[in-house]
Amino acid sequence: MEARGLKRKAYYARRIRRAARLLFYRRHRKPGVKGWELRRSLGSDYPKILDILDNYLDKLGLQIKTVFEEEKPAEKPTLEQLDKARFYVTLKGGLESKEARLIGWRIDDIAGLAIAISYIIAKKGKVPRQEIEDLLRVKLPGWRADMNLQRYIRSGYLVEDEGGQLYLDWRTRAEVDQEKLVNLLLGGEELKKKTLEETEA
Amino acid sequence: MSSEKRPSKKLGRERLQRIIDLCRSVEERGLDPFIVDVEDLIAVIREYFPQWELPEDLCLDAETINQLSSVIKHQSDWVKHRSTSLYTDPFLLEEKIRRLSGGELASLFIRAWNPIVEMEQLSLRGLVEALSYWQSLLPLNERWAKAIPLERGMGATTREELIRQRLMVEKAFSEELEVLWTELKERVGKEGKIRYWDFIGADTYEETVERAYMTSFLVTYGYATLEIHKLEEEVFIKPFEKPESLAEKKEVISVPFSIGEEDWRKWKQGA
Repeated sequence: MEARGLKRKAYYARRIRRAARLLFYRRHRKPGVKGWELRRSLGSDYPKILDILDNYLDKLGLQIKTVFEEEKPAEKPTLEQLDKARFYVTLKGGLESKEARLIGWRIDDIAGLAIAISYIIAKKGKVPRQEIEDLLRVKLPGWRADMNLQRYIRSGYLVEDEGGQLYLDWRTRAEVDQEKLVNLLLGGEELKKKTLEETEA
Repeated sequence: MSSEKRPSKKLGRERLQRIIDLCRSVEERGLDPFIVDVEDLIAVIREYFPQWELPEDLCLDAETINQLSSVIKHQSDWVKHRSTSLYTDPFLLEEKIRRLSGGELASLFIRAWNPIVEMEQLSLRGLVEALSYWQSLLPLNERWAKAIPLERGMGATTREELIRQRLMVEKAFSEELEVLWTELKERVGKEGKIRYWDFIGADTYEETVERAYMTSFLVTYGYATLEIHKLEEEVFIKPFEKPESLAEKKEVISVPFSIGEEDWRKWKQGA
């Protein structure tokens, strides 16, 4: 009985290690792993293995983020939805100001990204590029606004269609807690003050 | 005579076109879809519909309905979005964004930002594999060395030699096709048709394949046709007196035939 338990434990330990490697190392042009790839490598109980790994990562301030192909299902996702979803490891609980500097982004760049993302969210997910450029030019020189926008598109935060409309792209869906961002921006002065104090501490 | 004046078709077309433009501008410019009064526009479409007879007018009518339906979908999405927690008044948000400094905005954003974590690391195994690849890799001057063509002396050849080497065919293709067509016409007899295998079958398998290949062109180019009896699983080939052009054929279909060596043996035993 005990031997069977140990065997089972070893089985999961091996698969958790494999899952971690799959998730941390980039194998394609885009980071992250598709559900079907995880199923092929870890077996059909991969959602359970990811849950265990997620618990480990939680202690390190990391999490496994699932980005569904379409909108996030209201109820428990089906295996088919999970197979089509993409899984990433992201930081958990946001960054501190000092940490943000380690990422290598200037504060202007981060602010510009915040403006672009929140404005697109407010406009129901679609905004003409010109409107975002105008908004960025209020506080940034024109050349920098254009360069930043290109950078956000290249990194996968935004995507532009043929008609010059900007949408949120895969990286925003993976990395940004959209609801929290809007609440922070629109939240009362108290909340904003608290957040700013926390990040400056 | 009706006392009611019928609206002119020209005006109707213009009005439908205006509806299409309005719907498109709502979609393309992201305007509030509720500026479109759907009921009013449906009344306009209904008013002109009995007059449309030409296909172009009916297409315009269908396009108008299509555009209007996409506006209704936008209205539905709009309501759904407003009912979610993500709904924010864009003007209010714009105002907030304008009031915050770059630093404040960035500080707020990083609270909701969880960047993807990735690792880049070279493993010992990877290094060993790369070294082994490097050792087996030829130097550039060897890999890119131009292939020097072998020097061969000039000489004369004969037509027979070229035919033997398959650089030249014995007969021109069309000439060969005509010969086969003549043979087919001679062999069909009174019935005007011959079994496919009886026609293509030859003493050797190679020759049979060659005859099947040429026969396929006889059919494709309209020198002959196939008669397929599905129930009896029999195929006959019938020559035409004059080649028929492809354009004259009502329907062109491809019929695959398997000319396997086993099939040929069976035919040979039966023949």
